[in-house]
Amino acid sequence: MSVLEVVVRSVAVLAAFLVFPLLVGQTEHKVMAHMQGRLGPMYAGGFHGWAQLVADGVKFAQKEDITPRAADRTIFRIAPFVALVPYLLAMAALPLQRGVVAVDVPASALLVLAATSVGALGTLMAGWASANKYALLGALRSAAQLVSYELPLVLAVASACLAAGTLRLSGVVEAWSPWWLLWQLPGAIVFLVAALAELQRPPFDMPIADAELVMGPWTEYTGLRFAFFLLAEYAGIVVFSLLFAVLYLGGWRGPLDDHIGWVWTLLKGFVIAILVIWFRVAWPRMREDQLQRMAWLFLLPLALIQLGLTGIGVVMTR
Amino acid sequence: MTSLDLAFAACGLLAVVAGLLAVTTRQVVHAALWLVVALLGVAGCLLVLGHELVALVLVLVYVGAVVVLVLFALMLTRAPIGPDLVHAVPVWRRVAAGLAGAATTALLLAALLPLAGGAVERRDIANQAIATELFGTWVWPFEALSVLLLAALIAALAVSRGPSKEVASP
Repeated sequence: MSVLEVVVRSVAVLAAFLVFPLLVGQTEHKVMAHMQGRLGPMYAGGFHGWAQLVADGVKFAQKEDITPRAADRTIFRIAPFVALVPYLLAMAALPLQRGVVAVDVPASALLVLAATSVGALGTLMAGWASANKYALLGALRSAAQLVSYELPLVLAVASACLAAGTLRLSGVVEAWSPWWLLWQLPGAIVFLVAALAELQRPPFDMPIADAELVMGPWTEYTGLRFAFFLLAEYAGIVVFSLLFAVLYLGGWRGPLDDHIGWVWTLLKGFVIAILVIWFRVAWPRMREDQLQRMAWLFLLPLALIQLGLTGIGVVMTR
Repeated sequence: MTSLDLAFAACGLLAVVAGLLAVTTRQVVHAALWLVVALLGVAGCLLVLGHELVALVLVLVYVGAVVVLVLFALMLTRAPIGPDLVHAVPVWRRVAAGLAGAATTALLLAALLPLAGGAVERRDIANQAIATELFGTWVWPFEALSVLLLAALIAALAVSRGPSKEVASP
């Protein structure tokens, strides 16, 4: 790989990292608004408020960057980056088409999982370093949630990788067949729910719970650092939606997939992202004990059953 | 000196320095976060050597779950911002701890340095090879460890629940 190629690949990933989350954010604005009988942003940029998030970004950049006096300054300042950067790494390992992936590593499924689990540390650091009781409570809830949902998430991914016989995401797509829609269905459900909880999206947004904890771990943040947390959330939606599309929906598989495979991957990912937005509008926030109950009594057994089912399927067909 | 040597040395240095900071800092949460850096350094060393599965599992399990649990426990109990003055220890204990650490390091170095070869070489180990070792050769130690952990977990639950009350108060 020449230097030029490395630069081109890095720039492409960075561009995707900056564009896709904004696209999902704008979709959330509009889709949520129309589901609730509103119009959503209509003015910024002219046509149906397409530039709303760009305007938001400009607004965030103009705000004062405040660090509370009682805060642990260093950790408070680096927390947004710890939350954001791992998703950049995760995005680099997601394949879009046969041979189209920024870095094709042999265990890319694990790489994506490991990177997202590091990103979760950013929320904890932010909550603790803010020296604010709401932030600390939010961080506590967030930690409890992350620990319990990490396990079903990893088990669901392990099941898909077991079915494909490889940890490489592009290999999973190659091994995918339409039967997986039925065979891996429980795993897919577990993955989607656990990913929502991992992203702390409604109905799993107990850590942020604006009605009781102001903004949870992000309470003390302003300006660009707050914007970085928001960007991390939407980048997380993009990463998990694409991962879902790659693991369970066959990624680039579809008509003419040698030429327009990347369109199929992005389209499938986008459908999942809309589903994630829809869940936010459809369900109220779950209580902390309901969250834990769901993870340990519903998702974990389902993930284990799926793992057994996958094992039986693999042994029977080979 | 190859680029692999350099990368290995950099990751190793990162791990050692972060490890030292983790044990010397006076702030508990900082110690946990330095531990994250040290673990990432170790994972980097493993990556340089070509054991990427082990490296990624290290990050996934230790950074993603164990350190999150440690941070959770710290926040739940007492994690003041700024140096922790409640748990200050006398100088002689610090010296003793330093000596014990230095002695362990010296022992490990004495055992491992003669084994060290020349340049760092990268061996690409297939994931299947690790799986075969883990679930073939080492399956009994692996399972015994799992049972041990499970027993510890259940025992912890029993201890925390305490003896059951015979008569339920109305």
